[in-house]
Parts: sequence; structure tokens; C-alpha cells
Amino acid sequence: MSVQQISVFLENKPGTLKKMTGVLASHGIDMRATSLAETKDFGIARLIVDDVLSAVSTLKENDFVASLTPVLAIEIPDEAGGLDKLLDKFTDESVNIEYMYAFPGGRNTDRAVMIFRVADTKAAEARLTGAGVKVLTQEEISDI
Amino acid sequence: MEHYYQPEIECAPYEEIRKIQSEKLVKQVKHVWDNVPYYRKKMEEKGVTPEDIKSVDDLHKLPFLSKADLREAYPYGLLGKPLKDCVRIQSTSGTTGKRVVAFYTQHDIDLWEDCCARAIVAAGGTNEDVCQVSYGYGLFTGGPGLNGGSHKVGCLTIPTSSGNTDRQIMFIKDLNATILCCTPSYAAYLGERMQEMGYGPDDIPLKAGIFGAEAWSQEMRESIEKTMGIKAFDIYGLTELSGPGVAFECSAQSGMHINEDHFIAEIIDPDTEEVLPEGSQGELVFTAVDKEAFPMIRYRTRDICRLTREKCSCGRTHVKMAKPMGRSDDMLIIRGVNVFPSQIETVLLNNGYAANYQIVVDRVNNTDTLDVQVEMTPEMFTDNLGEVEDRQKKLVEGLKSMLGIKAKVSLLAPKSITRSEGKAVRVIDKRKI
Repeated sequence: MSVQQISVFLENKPGTLKKMTGVLASHGIDMRATSLAETKDFGIARLIVDDVLSAVSTLKENDFVASLTPVLAIEIPDEAGGLDKLLDKFTDESVNIEYMYAFPGGRNTDRAVMIFRVADTKAAEARLTGAGVKVLTQEEISDI
Repeated sequence: MEHYYQPEIECAPYEEIRKIQSEKLVKQVKHVWDNVPYYRKKMEEKGVTPEDIKSVDDLHKLPFLSKADLREAYPYGLLGKPLKDCVRIQSTSGTTGKRVVAFYTQHDIDLWEDCCARAIVAAGGTNEDVCQVSYGYGLFTGGPGLNGGSHKVGCLTIPTSSGNTDRQIMFIKDLNATILCCTPSYAAYLGERMQEMGYGPDDIPLKAGIFGAEAWSQEMRESIEKTMGIKAFDIYGLTELSGPGVAFECSAQSGMHINEDHFIAEIIDPDTEEVLPEGSQGELVFTAVDKEAFPMIRYRTRDICRLTREKCSCGRTHVKMAKPMGRSDDMLIIRGVNVFPSQIETVLLNNGYAANYQIVVDRVNNTDTLDVQVEMTPEMFTDNLGEVEDRQKKLVEGLKSMLGIKAKVSLLAPKSITRSEGKAVRVIDKRKI
């Protein structure tokens, strides 16, 4: 079960990111993880949130362009070599990563959650699960 | 079946139209000679008297009038009738210099409204229709002109004027408006708002739109037609000549029929002022042969376009003018190259963006810069950074091949460009020349 990531278009000028966080904050949306990708002209904010539907509609109502992208969320031990071990499986299963970011595991301070964007989410998930990797569900992310 | 408001004249053979034009022109020149000292002086300077004008063939002998003349003669210098015979003034927005104030007798109002009525009937309007006029009412000619035309056709007229967009949509839906009249940029905004409110083309009772008062592209027409499920017709006019309805589009949607029984059109070379042969591109010049109070003779519109007398499928015989690329006032000269905002609009829409854009021109280190700012839309956005950049690059290339110069493309957040309820402000020229 992949997780829905919200991607938001951000114009490259001071205050746009703050406008986005302000809108989310005023609607009580809790961000689990964020990452920013940018060119010199514009940026894309990538968000994992507790309530995807309400976040998307809130953003649209406030004139943001947002889209949903399926990503894989995988928990790893927060220790030296944790990510390296996981990436062994990616290599073994020939899963190519487009981008990746991390967030700490919430209540489990000794864990971290990695977010992966891959070309074919479904196929990658099947292969990784087959290799014994535990892929988190939307509910599990929301509960963190 | 094609309907006409005044079929005898709209479909008259060309020879007959010419005969009417000649008779009216001779009379009009006499009227102006006797009543408008400003123009009489111009004629005298050119050594022309009313006796020299025997038919349309002599039109080229007469002096031109330009916007500069209107400025100089402001406010009463070109008045052809005593004020006691005038019943109305209308005025331009005055964005480029002094306002134009045009005067009308009741006769002038009547012929203007007839022209607008022809446009409404050509768009399919009958007395069964509900016509919502969302052009501004007041000094601007858009509202009053279409309002009068709509009355003449016998449509139920909803005079909403511009603005209060949600209320506009409420009236369209609740009162089953079938024809919408407004500027194309406002039509686009109304369409955008309808979509936001969840209305598809089938939820909107409109069948036709009559959109004018600013330059708009074929691509914008298609986009508005799709959003509202209508046929969108162009209409052309100038306050100097009466207002909208000088020319209008018919079912063929391929150029606008000029109401030739009231307005004689010429195409001239804007530099040499020479009359160009039919089919040439040049500046449009009009002679209003019927107007009493503000009788413009050989008025230079500064609109660049082309005329054609090819037979039209609608049955009308009046000459057609191609959509002007824009008033020469709107034309930008960037690094020595002529650029019309409508060309930029074409490229944007062809590349999948919406017509929400702004053109910023500046001069940096003695070089002109062109920044085309367009809003990001859900259709054009993806999570893939490279793809968004590729689309941006494609736009830069499209602009380069259309304009011949390099432009920067800036992607803006949605709704960051102010929506227009009348004429859209497309260009911000920061150059201090």
C-alpha cells in the first residue's frame, strides 16, 4: 500500500512557502514530512500529511496548484547503516529511485521513515515486499 | 437558417452598397464642410472642396483625421450638430492620453443600435433570447451599445454591467441567459469561475457570446467556447465611430462584416498614408457617412488588419475585416521587433496554459527584456520537476519562433494575476524611454 504525497507548486518569491504552511496550519493539518525541490524559477513542495483529502481541498481553495503522487514509505532503524541495508534490497530488486527524503519516526525515536519516489510504485512495492521489506500504509503514516 | 436584422441592406449587391456609400459620402462631406470648421480647414489646406467629392472613388482626396486631431479639437471642435440636437456622449477609458468624448444625436444612437442589433442577430439572437450584457455601462460604449441592440432585436435584456462575477453567473443560470456580451478576458474569467463552481458546459444555458473591445486570439475563442459550451463571436468598434458594432462576426466566424452602409473602410500604409489594394495588410481607416453629431471622415484607427470581399457563406455581402492583431497602440517594440500581446496569447494557449498572463517589458543594461508571466494550472503541473521545466522550455521556444526574439517565461501561482472585468491589462512596460 503506497502513501499519497501532496506536491504543491510554489512560485519563486519570498513568502510563498509561508503562505502554504499558514493555510495548512489554520486548517489543523499536521505535516509528517516535507521536502523542497527547486529550480531557479519555481519550486515544488512535497508533503506527507495526516489528512490528505482535507489538505488537498484546503490548498485548492486557497489557490494553490497541488497534485497527488504515490510514494513508498518505509521504516528503518535510526542507526548507522540503516538506510544502506534497505538500499541493498532496492539494488537486489533493481528498483530505481527518482528521489527520496526522510523523517524521524515520531514516537519511536529509534526509528526513521524514508519516503521513496519510484517510476512504477506498484511493481516496486510488490518486489520489495517479496524481499521482506515492510512498506507502510496511509493509515500507519497518519497514526505516527 | 441564417437570420438577418436588416436583410435588404446586409445582403445587398456590392454595386448597390457602393451607390449608397457614394450618395451618403457626398452629403456627409457637404455637412462637414458647412458645420465642422476644424475639418473644413483641413480640406482647404489640402485644396479639396465638397464639389471634388462625387463618389466613393474620390474618398482618397480627403484629409485624414487622427487621434491627435481629436485631442486638439477636444471637446467640441469636431461637433457637427448644435448641442441642443445632441442627446448623449460616450467616452473612452483614456488610458492612452486624453479621453475621447463622442457626441450622438438620436439618429446617431439609432444607427449605432441597429449595428449592434445586426451583430446579435448574426450570433443567432431573436426575440426569444435572453441577452445578458456584462460590458460596463456608463461612459464606455460596450454596455449602452449592446443594450440598445438587444432591445432592438427584442431580446429580454439583463443589464448586469461588469463586475460581481458570482451574481453574473447566478443571473445566467436563474434567468436562462442564452447570449452573453462582454470583453473576451471577462468571458474567460466568467468561464473559469463557472468551472470552480462546478458548472460544466451543459449546466450553462448560454448558446452564444459576443465578445469585443480588446484583441483576443483564436485559441482563446476555442477555450471560451469549450468551457461554456457556446459559439463565441467577435465584435469590433471604436468610440470615435459610435462604439461596438462597426463590424461583427457571422456564423462563418472567419472575420467581421463591416457595416458598410454606415462606415466606409480603407486600408492604408501607415507610413506613406497611401491607400493599399484590396487584400493588403495595413492600417484600417473609416469614414462614418451617416453620423451627424460626430462625423468622422477618414479616421485612422491604428488597427492593423486586412479586408476581404470573398463571398461569405452567411449570405452577407459587406466586406469582412480580419481580426486585428491589436491596436498599433498595443504593439510593443522589443529589441526592434514588433510584438503584439495577442501573438503571445496564441503561444500560451497552444502550449496548454490558460489566458491568464501578463507581459512585463523592461530595459536592463540598454537591452529590452521580455518576461512572459503565466499562471500555473492543475493541467500543466506535475510532481516531476524536469517535466515542468521541459514545458517551460517548450514555451520559450514557441515564443521564440512566433516572435523572433527570446523571452523569459515565469510561472506564477494561480490567481496571482488580477482578473479583469473589462479590458484586461496585459502589458506592463517598465522602460523609461
